[in-house]
Amino acid sequence: MTTVGHPIPGKIRQAPSAGFDVEKVRRDFPILRGKAHGKPLVYLDNAATSQKPQVVIDTVTQYYLADNSNIHRGIHFLSDRATRAFEEARAKVARFLNASDPREIIFVRSATEGINLVAHSYARRCVKAGDEIVISAMEHHSNIVPWQILCEETGAVLRVVPINDEGELLVEEYAKLLSARTRFVSMVHVSNALGTINPVKQIIEMAHSRSVPVLIDGAQAAPHLPVDVHALDCDFYVFSGHKVFGPTGIGILYGKAHLLEAMPPYQGGGDMILSVTFEKTLYNVLPYKFEAGTPHIAGGIGLGAAIDYLSGIGLEKIAPYERELLAYATDTVSAVPGVRLIGTAKEKAGVLSFVLDGVHAHDVGTILDQEGIAIRTGHHCAMPVMRRFGVPATARASLAFYNTRAEIDALAGALHKVREMFA
Amino acid sequence: MSDLRELYQQVILDHNKEPRNFQKLEGANHTAEGYNPLCGDEITVYLQVEGDMIGNISFQGSGCAISKASASLMTASVKGKTKAEAEALFHTFHKMLTGQTDSAFDPRELGKLAVFSGVREFPVRVKCATLPWHTLRAALEGKEEKVSTE
Repeated sequence: MTTVGHPIPGKIRQAPSAGFDVEKVRRDFPILRGKAHGKPLVYLDNAATSQKPQVVIDTVTQYYLADNSNIHRGIHFLSDRATRAFEEARAKVARFLNASDPREIIFVRSATEGINLVAHSYARRCVKAGDEIVISAMEHHSNIVPWQILCEETGAVLRVVPINDEGELLVEEYAKLLSARTRFVSMVHVSNALGTINPVKQIIEMAHSRSVPVLIDGAQAAPHLPVDVHALDCDFYVFSGHKVFGPTGIGILYGKAHLLEAMPPYQGGGDMILSVTFEKTLYNVLPYKFEAGTPHIAGGIGLGAAIDYLSGIGLEKIAPYERELLAYATDTVSAVPGVRLIGTAKEKAGVLSFVLDGVHAHDVGTILDQEGIAIRTGHHCAMPVMRRFGVPATARASLAFYNTRAEIDALAGALHKVREMFA
Repeated sequence: MSDLRELYQQVILDHNKEPRNFQKLEGANHTAEGYNPLCGDEITVYLQVEGDMIGNISFQGSGCAISKASASLMTASVKGKTKAEAEALFHTFHKMLTGQTDSAFDPRELGKLAVFSGVREFPVRVKCATLPWHTLRAALEGKEEKVSTE
């Protein structure tokens, strides 16, 4: 990768964090050797989806090559192998989140489906007209719309915790919003549009002091931070497979066993039943009660491989490397004249959202793309966040542990080109 | 970069910086709003229709350089034209953007709008260029609903 011009004077090029070899991990990702528009690919759209290491690609391929079968009901050799692999993946996810029991891990399609499942099967049962559900002003649409639907159906009220100009949650406002009417809190762990890391442990404690259950949307946290649902004491936690270097179409809902057990199924069908007659159906035990129909078996097994891969490197090594890289990116990009960062929280992970004076984010995206640099432009499925900061859209570079300082330099160099073109 | 220079021609950059007819039109008798949810572009088109003719036209909104310049050049191109002439112009414009330049296509009909020919190399940006035109069409048809590119 060539470093694009416009070096930043006086900047000290520190060595990446000790014990983490970024060039070595890059070799695990075949797509990173590719080109875009004839330029070396600089992939900075990891908050949208992450790239896949060879081991995940091989695991999914191997499943279809040698193990493909339906699970949980076949008596034959292949079905047994597929079932074991799928359930092993569930156990890996449980360990990844430090859940006490694999029965607390539900395979769903996406983090979005996990939130919808909880809104439908848990919250709907305990919410009535006048009750309140609390979310934050930095939620992704997937943690807004399911609750709006629920509120419309039940007459409950959605309360939104505001954020400050840095994009940090106003915890004192959250404290004021919690009341005897609060029935549920659903909050993002790491904001996809701003990168803010929320103080989720405190958020959960405050809700629990009023016996209010809490769901944490971890879609942007799981790729960057160690997550411990036991230590957090959250009631539900969701994340998506494709953002943690696994396949698309698979997501995880963690729920405390006693809550999941008391909940009715989300969908009816095969696999989620013990017995069916036309008079009465007995539902299956956890986790199968929530997994109607043939699941995304290859996706689940592929996610297991991704988690093995991540654990092999260690999020405790990934997090400090990414923190340094984000600090470098923040300095480098904000040194480009006309750049304004959107989201400057003290605690951030993985995301650099910005606007460039006089140039719409969409134009920035097109020009960067021609340089081989993939970023996301738009509202990032967080239109209320855009409104809060008074911008129609931002350009967002989002990092993974395979990104390098040279790639950040390429980003800054391309932003200078944008400015030249629009001068 | 050559494709980019084709896309962001100087005329487009000029109209982005200093869009023409960029204000609310007092006495407008037709208006419509357009929206591109993909990138958040929003536009309002104001028309003064006199009989069959577009007597005056203006726009407001926010958007990328392509959508803003397209709106600006559109207002300049259709002022004083009949509804049918404006519709025919959009038809030809759309053909150019999507590369459907068959024998019936005559770029001379487009005048200044030909500066958008580079857009066809960027398929995801076609909607940016057509949003103002879809909004114009909605205003002419008197549609109440907001036009969306999706």
